[in-house]
Formats: sequence, C-alpha cells, structure tokens
Amino acid sequence: MAKREYSYYPGCSSQKGASSSNLMKSVDTMCEELDIQLNEIPDWNCCSASIGYASGSELPRLTLSARNIALSEEHNKNQEIVATCAACWLATKEAAERLKEDESMFAEANQALAEAGLKLQNTTPIKHMAEVIVEDIGIDSIKEGVKKPLEGIKIAGYVGCQTNRPFGIAGESFENPMYLDNLIEAVGADAIPTYEKKVQCCGGALAFSEPEKSQEMIKGIIEAAYDNEADMIATPCPLCQANVEIYQDQINEKYNTKFNIPVVYYSQLIAVAYGRSASDAALDGQLIAAKQLEDVAKK
Amino acid sequence: MSEQAEKKYAAYICTGCGIGDRLDAGELEQTASRDGRMNVVKQHEMLCSQDGVQMIRNDIDKEGVNHAVIVGCSRRAKVEAFAFNDIAMTRCNIREGVIWARPDTEEAKETTQEMANDYIRMSCAEIKQMNKPSPSGQQGRNPNVLVVGGGITGMTAAIEAAEAGYSVHLVEKSSALGGHVARLHKRVPFKAAPVGTPNSPDANLPMPEDTGIGDIIAAVEGNDNIKVYLNSTVTKTSGAPGRFSVDISTESGDTITENIGSIVQATGFKLYDPENLPEFNYAGSPDIITNLELEELANAAGDGPIKRPSDGKEVTSVLFVQDVGQNSSDEGRLPYDSGIGDLVSIKQALYFKHHNGDGCDATICYDNLRTPGAPGEDFYRSGQRNGVIFTKSEVKEVVPGDSITVKMHDKILDEDAEVKVDLVVLDLGMVPNSGPDPYAANEALEGMSDEDRAEELEAQEAHAADETSVKVESILNLDYRQGTDLPHLKHGFTDSHFICFPYETRRTGIYAAGPVRRPMDMKQAMDDATGAAMKAIQEIENAAQGRAAHPRVGDLSYPTFRKEGCTQCKRCTVECPFGAIDEDEERYPQYNEARCRRCGTCMGACPVRVISFENYSVNTVGAQIKECDIPEEWDEKPRILVLACENDAYPALDQAAISGEEISPWARVIPVRCLGSTSLSWVTDALNNGFDGIIMMGCKRGDDYQCHFVRGSTMAAERMAKVGDTLETLNLEPERVVVHEVAITDIERAPALIKEMEETIEKVGLSPFKF
Amino acid sequence: MSELNKAMIEQYRNSFLSEVEANVEEGEWVKMCMQCGVCSGSCPLGKHWAHPPQEIFMMIRAGKREEVLTSDSMWMCTSCYNCIVRCPRQLPITHIMHGLATYAKKLGLTPKNQPTAKFAEIFWNNMMKKGRVNELKLGLSLYFKDGFGPGIKEALRNKDLGMKMMKAKRMAAGEFFGGHGVKDVSGLQKMIKKAQELEDARMKKFDEPEASQDG
Ligand code: SF4
Ligand code: SF4
Ligand code: SF4
Ligand code: SF4
Ligand code: SF4
Ligand code: SF4
Repeated sequence: MAKREYSYYPGCSSQKGASSSNLMKSVDTMCEELDIQLNEIPDWNCCSASIGYASGSELPRLTLSARNIALSEEHNKNQEIVATCAACWLATKEAAERLKEDESMFAEANQALAEAGLKLQNTTPIKHMAEVIVEDIGIDSIKEGVKKPLEGIKIAGYVGCQTNRPFGIAGESFENPMYLDNLIEAVGADAIPTYEKKVQCCGGALAFSEPEKSQEMIKGIIEAAYDNEADMIATPCPLCQANVEIYQDQINEKYNTKFNIPVVYYSQLIAVAYGRSASDAALDGQLIAAKQLEDVAKK
Repeated sequence: MSEQAEKKYAAYICTGCGIGDRLDAGELEQTASRDGRMNVVKQHEMLCSQDGVQMIRNDIDKEGVNHAVIVGCSRRAKVEAFAFNDIAMTRCNIREGVIWARPDTEEAKETTQEMANDYIRMSCAEIKQMNKPSPSGQQGRNPNVLVVGGGITGMTAAIEAAEAGYSVHLVEKSSALGGHVARLHKRVPFKAAPVGTPNSPDANLPMPEDTGIGDIIAAVEGNDNIKVYLNSTVTKTSGAPGRFSVDISTESGDTITENIGSIVQATGFKLYDPENLPEFNYAGSPDIITNLELEELANAAGDGPIKRPSDGKEVTSVLFVQDVGQNSSDEGRLPYDSGIGDLVSIKQALYFKHHNGDGCDATICYDNLRTPGAPGEDFYRSGQRNGVIFTKSEVKEVVPGDSITVKMHDKILDEDAEVKVDLVVLDLGMVPNSGPDPYAANEALEGMSDEDRAEELEAQEAHAADETSVKVESILNLDYRQGTDLPHLKHGFTDSHFICFPYETRRTGIYAAGPVRRPMDMKQAMDDATGAAMKAIQEIENAAQGRAAHPRVGDLSYPTFRKEGCTQCKRCTVECPFGAIDEDEERYPQYNEARCRRCGTCMGACPVRVISFENYSVNTVGAQIKECDIPEEWDEKPRILVLACENDAYPALDQAAISGEEISPWARVIPVRCLGSTSLSWVTDALNNGFDGIIMMGCKRGDDYQCHFVRGSTMAAERMAKVGDTLETLNLEPERVVVHEVAITDIERAPALIKEMEETIEKVGLSPFKF
Repeated sequence: MSELNKAMIEQYRNSFLSEVEANVEEGEWVKMCMQCGVCSGSCPLGKHWAHPPQEIFMMIRAGKREEVLTSDSMWMCTSCYNCIVRCPRQLPITHIMHGLATYAKKLGLTPKNQPTAKFAEIFWNNMMKKGRVNELKLGLSLYFKDGFGPGIKEALRNKDLGMKMMKAKRMAAGEFFGGHGVKDVSGLQKMIKKAQELEDARMKKFDEPEASQDG
C-alpha cells in the first residue's frame, strides 16, 4: 500500500487523558498498519462541537473552524484534513461549506482570522477517517490485510448521527448506511445489517444536560443490540462510544436492566484483526472490557 | 339470394410460433374441412410472413375466397398483416388461447388438441354467419367544426382546427371573445423553474405572467377559416357526425343553419354564488370579494397599489380564504373543489407583494394546499419566497367592519385566532356551464320491470311536454331521442371517458373541453382544447368513411334491425349508451350510423333479437356455442363457456397465456364486443347444449366504471340478473352462471376465475344436459 | 406574556418572520417550510418538545415572537441532523434551531435553568479559556451548575463513573492543573472577539416586548 499523508485534526476528546483517548490510540495503530501518516495540525483549537452554538453564535463558531483550516493550509500544505471525531469533522466541513457559499461571511471570517495573523484559503477537502477507510483505501483492501479474522464475533454496527448526517459517506443512504457492516464483515466478524438502531441518536451533547431523556434513547440502542444477539457494539463516533458505554450502569439502575455490552471503535477492530496487541488496540481503554477482542489479540 | 351463392370459405392454419410442434396440424386441417366444411384449407409455417399473407391475398383475388378464418395467434396480434378489409374474416386463437395457455406435457396433449379442434369448429361456424361489412354511405365528408364557447378553450380549439385546414364556426353567447381569462390581471405561470434551480429561499422562481389573451383573440379574428358569431346561441342540432345540421340564432335575431362535421363544446364555468355562504358575509362588506373581483381590482390599480373597494384605502393586509363552499357535503354546496384555487390565490397574493410592496401582508388560509401542474410546486415556493404567509386553518367566520375580522382555527397550532385585515378574498369554486343531463330522470328506470319501464317512459315524455318550470338551459339543443345535451358525469360536469379518453363523450362527434368537463386552469384548458380539436378532426374523417370511433376504431360494420320483427319496445333506443338511435314517425328505431360506436348494447337489449351487425350478431356467437363439441357425461370433461369482453377481459386472458399462466382446458372463450351485447339466448343455448358453467367477463361498472362503452357492462349486469329464472326452469344450480368484472391487468385473476368455476362444477356435478 | 404578543392584530403578519430572517442563523429559510411535519416526526427527543420544529416555524409565521423565543423547545435539539436529511424542502432545520436558541439567549429570553443552555455556556467558557475543552473541569462545573448542594450529589452519583474513566486513562486528574490548550490563546481570543463584534454589527434592531425574561 502506498503511503498516504493527511493533515490530522484529532479534536479535544481524543487528546491524551480525554474521554476518547482510546480512539486516538487505536487510530494511531490502525494508521501504522495501513501506512497512513497523520500530521497533526499545529496548535489546533476546539471546534466548539455541536453544543457551542448557544453561547458562541454563527460567525465566532465558523471562525473557530476556519482557524484550524487556515493553520492546516499554512503548515500542512496540500494535505486533506482528516478528523476522527464526528462532531469535529462536521463542524469543520460545515464551516468550510458555509464560508464557500457566503462571500460576505468569508470576508468577515478572514477579518477575524487576521487578528490571529492567519488567512483562510478554504480550498482544502475535509474528510472523516471513515471516508479514508471506505473511499481512499477501500474495504476490499482492508480485508486483504486481515491476519486474525474476528471469527464468531457478532457485532452491531452503530453508525450514529453525525458521521452519517448531514454529509455521510458518498453513496450510502442516510436511513441505512452499510459501510460499517461491510467493514465488520471485512475483518471477519458477523455484521447485523438490519440492526434497527444503526442511525439512532444517542443524545449527543445532551447526554450531559438532559441525562434522563438521553439515557432513554441509549437504552433503546443497547436493547436492540441485545435483541439481535450482538456480542458488542462498534461505532466510528467518540460521542456515541462514550454515551453508549459509560451510562450502562446508570441505565441498569434506573430501568432494572442488566446491560453490560462492550462498545468499541472500528479502529480497534482493525487493529486487533491486523494482529496488534490489546494495548495497541487500546482495549485497556474500555470501561466494559471487550473480552472476545482481547482473546483474539492474545492468540 | 345471389350473394349467398357466391360465398367461398377458407381456413388458413398457421403452424408457426410452436403451433406445429404442439398440435397435430393434419388433424386441425381435417377439422376445418370435415367439421367446419371450409372450401379451402391451407397450412403455412409462418402465416404472418409476406409469403403467408400473399398466399391468402392470391386466394382472395384469384380464387374468389371471400370468407376467411385465420387460425393462429390472437386477434390482438398481427392485426396489420391480416387486415383483409375486402372480405369477411375472423381469427381463431390457438396460440395464446390454446398452446400458450396449456402446459407442454404428454398428459395435457389430448385436451390441448381438443381445445384447438373446438376453436376451429367454432370459428368456422362463426364465419358462416358473417358478411363483409360495408359503410352505409349515410354521410359524406364535411370539414366544418362547430365550437360552442368563445373563451380560452373555445378559441384554442378553433385555432387548432383552423390551422389544420378545417372551417370553424365559433359561437359565443356574450358580446366578446375571451371569457374569464379576459378578465384576469395575470395568469398562473405556465412553466416550472429550470431544472437545477436550487431549493434555497432566494432561488429564481416563476412569477405571475401576462395572460396573452389579446394575441389569442386577434389570432381568432384574423383567421379566415374561423367565423365568429357573437351574442349567439345554438338553438337546434340534428343529424350525426359528418352531417350535423345546426341552427345558430344570431345577434340580429336571424337563424343561420350550418352543416357541421363535428362539434367541440367549450362552454366553461361560472363562479359559485357566494350569497349561498352566509358565514363569509360576502354581502356584508364591499371589502369581502370574490377571486374574480380581485382580478378587476388589480387591473384597476394600474401600476399603483391595490385599493380596497369600500374607501379606496391602500391595502396593507389581505387574507385569502381557500375552498369556500367546496368539498362540502352540505346541501347546496359543492361536493368537489376546483383544484386550482390555491394556485390562483398564490398568484393574487403576489399581486399585493408587487403592487403594494413587501410590507403588505398576504395570508392564505388553506386546508389542503394543492398546486397541480408542472409549475405548481415552484409557484408555491415562489409565493413562500416572496413572503406570502400560508396557514393550514379553517376559517369559521368573516365579520365585516372597518377592518374585516377573520375568525379561524389554526390547525397546526391547534388554536383559535382572530385576524384583522383590510381585504378578504373568497376562493370560490367552479360550476360547469353544461346543459341539462339527459339521464337525470333515467336513474329511476334502473332495475324496473318491462311494463313499469314502458309506463315510466310514457310518463316522462308526457311530463317533458308540459314542463314549464325553470330548468337549466340547453346548450346544444340536440334533437336526439335521448335528450338535448351531453350526458353528465358527476356534479354537473359533462361526460368524458375519464379513464382512457378524456375528450370522448357519449355523443359521438361532440367533444367537451375545458372547465365544462372538469375544473381546470388556463393551461390545462388550452391543452384540453387541443385534444378536443384533434378528436373533432378525426371524427370528421371517420364519419366520411363510415368508420367507427373509439374504441372500435375503423370498424365499418353498423347495426341494422329487421323491421318486420320489431315490436317497438324502445329497449334499443333507450339503452344505447351513445344516443345513436332515434325513432322515426312510425316509432320504429332509426339508426344513425355515425353516432354509433358498435358496442352491440342494442343487440343485447332486443328481446326479439332482430338487431345485428354484418360481422357480429346473435347468430355469430350462437353458432359458435352450438358447434362447440360437448363430450359425453362419462368422459368427465366439463365445458365452461367464457364470454369475454374484447376490450379488457380477452386481452387479460391473452396476457395471462403470454405470461405463462395456465388456463383450464375445459374453457372455451368467445370474445364479445362488450358484455352489453350479450344476448340472454346465448346463455340459454349454452346451458341447453350441455355447457357446465358460464362465465361472463366484462369491465367494471357503476360510478367508477371502466367499461369502454360506459354503460355496456351495467346494462349487461341488469339483464343477467334475470338469468336466475332460466336456470330455475332448467332446474340448474344458480352458481353455474356468473358475471365478473375483469380489468385488463387481471392477468392472474382471470384464469383463476375459470379455475374457480372448474371447482364449482366439481362440487355441483356435470350438467345433465349433455345429449 | 406581554400585551403586544397577545394582541390579535400582530398575528399572521410578517414582522417576526422578518426579524428571524435578519437575526437568526439560516432564518431566511423559515418561510420555505411547507408544514409537512416530517421534521417533527424525525426528531429523537420529539416528545419532549413543547413545540416541535414544524410548529415553531408556523408560530414564527403566526407572529408568536415571545412564545417562540422563550420556549424550551429548540434547546431539545441534539444536533442529530435527522430532520435536515429528510426535509423535502431542504431546510437547515438544525441550524435554525441552534440559531433561535442563540438569538433567544442573546436577548436574554432563555428559560431560567435551561440545562442545555447552561451546559453550552460552561462549555464555551471552558473552551475559550485555553482554546481546547478541558473535560474534567467541564464535568465538575457541570455538576455544580445548579449550585453547590445538588452539585455534590451529582458528583457523588457520578463518582464511580469518574473513577472508572480515570482507570481507563480517559480522564486525567492532572488536567485540573493546566492540561491541554492552544499556544496562541491570546490570538484566538482576539479573533473570537472580532468575530463577535462583526456579527453584532450585522444584527438588526427590532422592538423587543417589554416582557419579563422569565417568559
Ligand atoms: S404470429 Fe401468428 S400468424 Fe405469425 S407465425 Fe405466429 S401464430 Fe402464426
Ligand atoms: S351498437 Fe351500441 S352505439 Fe351502436 S346503436 Fe347499438 S347500442 Fe348504440
Ligand atoms: S329493441 Fe328490438 S324490438 Fe325493441 S325497438 Fe329495438 S329493434 Fe325493436
Ligand atoms: S364495454 Fe366493457 S364490458 Fe363493455 S367495454 Fe367495455 S369493455 Fe367491456
Ligand atoms: S420537514 Fe421541512 S418542510 Fe416539513 S415541516 Fe419540517 S421544516 Fe417544514
Ligand atoms: S437535528 Fe435537532 S431538530 Fe433536527 S431532528 Fe435532530 S434533534 Fe430534532
């Protein structure tokens, strides 16, 4: 595989010691295996995610993302920007598009960027890591590199909201995207293409501010996975992963359920299937241990 | 009779399309010559090939063959190849009807061959009862089109016909051409936004357009082929397509009589009377106006703002109430809606945005917003884009005052609201300008006994003679036996065959177009007018050659009756769905060939069976029923007679065979022109002959009919209600005779219905009448 | 509710719609909604919205300024983008909901103690300090958002969770003292300040109802 290079926007929750640092680590491992070089955008800032809106209004939010793109354009010339977090990707891509459509907004964003000594060209494509896997590399190529197929593990592919909407992966439907299932099959596990809650909202940032309402939805996501006899849930989104994994105890308490299902990242699946250790795959980062993956990693 | 003596019969058996492989062609030949007693019997391996057709042609030209049976595919296939119009001809369907309908197995072989032999016997019997059809020569070619109504529809029809080289007489009741459209300020746009126009709120979307009516009036007035009669009406129409005689009473009080080939009725609509709707208070304020009155206000505004009528104040807020008095089940209100009112109100709301500025609020209160037509959705968005407020709401009351108060219930927010505005516009429905329905009283006749029916008819006639009370004015003043005007379809709109042929009415050669036919807007009316003009032209040419119009297009045969046998029962004159039959001075039926559609309903109606066509009669079908071979009871091979309407049921069976559905080997299918032509005697004959079951397949009848002859299948169903008596006299089970509605799409169902009869027979046993 | 908003005369007029068009993110799309209700039926927290998106749009058109801006509804948006991909008119519904929330907050009309509004504020302030989000501080300030007492309870309830997260190295106590941040904090802050100024200059003035901010 030829070496690929991207400008990397990890986002706040993928930092060391943050809630999805296990995503970061497994992505690093995955990229090593797939011969992808990620060049972190120097001094990147937070995108304000999908919650910043209420305090920071339109232009300030767009400017935040514009700063990251401008930094990338300055330091990582001619490299496509890749994000691993759905919210980061969405905020950045949305900002790029909005500033393309609205010239006066673009001018004002640059006026603000000038205060930090930056200038936005806004010509850089912005990708999600899943797009790199599905479109740039291709699921078939992923399959070729599998050393330890995840045989006999049944995995509910949970795509969630923002990886899927409003942009999504080209050629996939919003209501029933298939790429995650295809990836699960490619690493030798069993997919559940009819998993009903594949694109259900987990509450996103409202898991913090409206815990009861969000946990009711999370409960549905987990329940459907159990109904489909899934061994674990896999997702591309850090917020999905956190929300669905973290609150299982609280949900059990409230609804008298006995949920205890591991929730892992696609990148962890690839890392394990490519023969890497449990620690390289960041399996130690699970609150609910993915035993079956650990077993494969040990083999 | 010398013609009888010259008859020479031939059967041509095709062995192509697998027929030769599946059937014993020698045996077929033998059946045709021995049982069918054909003078000439020939085989060909591909009859529809040039060589095969030439073989038949040679026999006709050189050997004097004048009656031919083409044995091969269905009558619906290879129509052009076998168009031998100079002889009597029938088709014997052993491809779709036999080999494709039966499995290619050893055990089915015997019954399949029997089926084919039977069909050959039947067709040979049929051809003996047929004659070559020839036109009556009742009329010649008359290139004049009468257009009644000088609105956008009438003018468009006139221009279309005139440009095609026909002479047009355009009769308009009022003093000017242009109709409603001439009163409009602008029209709803004709075209959608270009493909690729984005959904965004600043997209370039269609806006109201100039009506262009001036140019159209000028085009009519400047056309030498169009003669315009203003302030004129049609006071009498007699004759038939190709030879109508029309009296036009003109402005000066003179009556001009014109010879006319065909007629387009484009008499349009009037607005529903708002005085019937007290809750909207039309009479209560000059600022509560109709949608048509708003057009005049807008015209009066010139380039300036639209002002309200009461005090001339510039309108700063206007509210449109949609569908007033429409879609209502209340007495005296319209049970339908005009369907275009929402487009009209969007257009009018945009007048205010244009004339009175963006600051003028325009609100449209709708229940179901409908924007039909190509530009509909874009025009809706255009209204939204320009700030027209749309609210799904029910307006309960409009209260006059210095500003008008509109009391409504917002259905989205589910709350009552009161809005004060300067002007209220009522979207009123369209009421067709049609003449009186000839069948308004006839519904009373349905299901009556013969005696009651005759009495009722007498009573009606007597009543009609002294009728002086107010009634709808006639438009065409037809002197037809069956009334003065086009029959109505629903709610006063004139007839049309709404399923297949929108401009066709039940009066051949008279075509309805525009809002008299159904509510429609200017664009639709113009399209409609073009279609009707084409139909009018086509009928002029058909009538000139004595050819039938849809659906038996080109048929040269027509019904005649044997006067000596006629009992003057009036069944035929009353039941003909097309008003084709008048009565002469001696009260005998008088056929008008050019009005006739060849459905055979009259034939099926005649109790003494004296009506026939040269190529279709009680005998052509009766002979087939008699010649069908009925196996002895102990053979345990039942026979099921299927009388299938040639328009839908027969093609459905063909299609079933093509798609590989099996059809019962006991079935013998005879196509009929319409179930309306079925004679009760066929049923009696079949039962007497030993048929075990009879299935009649016709089109859907009733209000949502699909019958190509509109009333045919209804008539048949009525008549067949009497079959019970026959069965009783013969001491047979009633389930042996059934009538089914079959649509052309019933490809699986049609064979299943036959299968069902097979099972019934298994249950009740074979007929005891097998001798 | 203010007298002005109750007055029937204000209903079904364009005044509030114009305000939304001028001052709310993507507000110019509101008039293009055709009231099909697909958005409302697609919203995951739909049942918790007093007025789902379709209704909010109708309320704007009906001139219900205060009812809309003081509503709790748009704060229920999880940014799932379900509505956007399904809306037959392609309205950017998510953004309009965000925009309405932002605008209401700017006017001080947000319901008191709206948890998402509070959270958003905490999030934003947390981020603006260093240019990146400090999840630990974010979490702690979140627990104390309703004051000290409930905060302790909330913190205790989530204590187990916190310990587990730390064990999984997904929460670092060290974050509390320093932690991640961008280097050019001052540039970033200047930049955002400028953006805020530019945006404020865009805002059109509209009469605000003299209502109390509690709604
Ligand atoms: S199409 Fe008809 S006529 Fe032609 S070969 Fe087939 S069966 Fe014979
Ligand atoms: S064939 Fe039909 S249309 Fe013709 S006269 Fe008889 S009933 Fe009327
Ligand atoms: S139905 Fe037959 S008998 Fe009766 S009037 Fe007509 S032709 Fe004569
Ligand atoms: S007319 Fe019908 S029963 Fe009559 S036509 Fe119809 S198709 Fe058939
Ligand atoms: S889906 Fe779109 S058009 Fe439909 S109600 Fe919602 S915003 Fe309006
Ligand atoms: S994006 Fe917001 S408004 Fe739209 S469906 Fe999701 S939660 Fe509802």
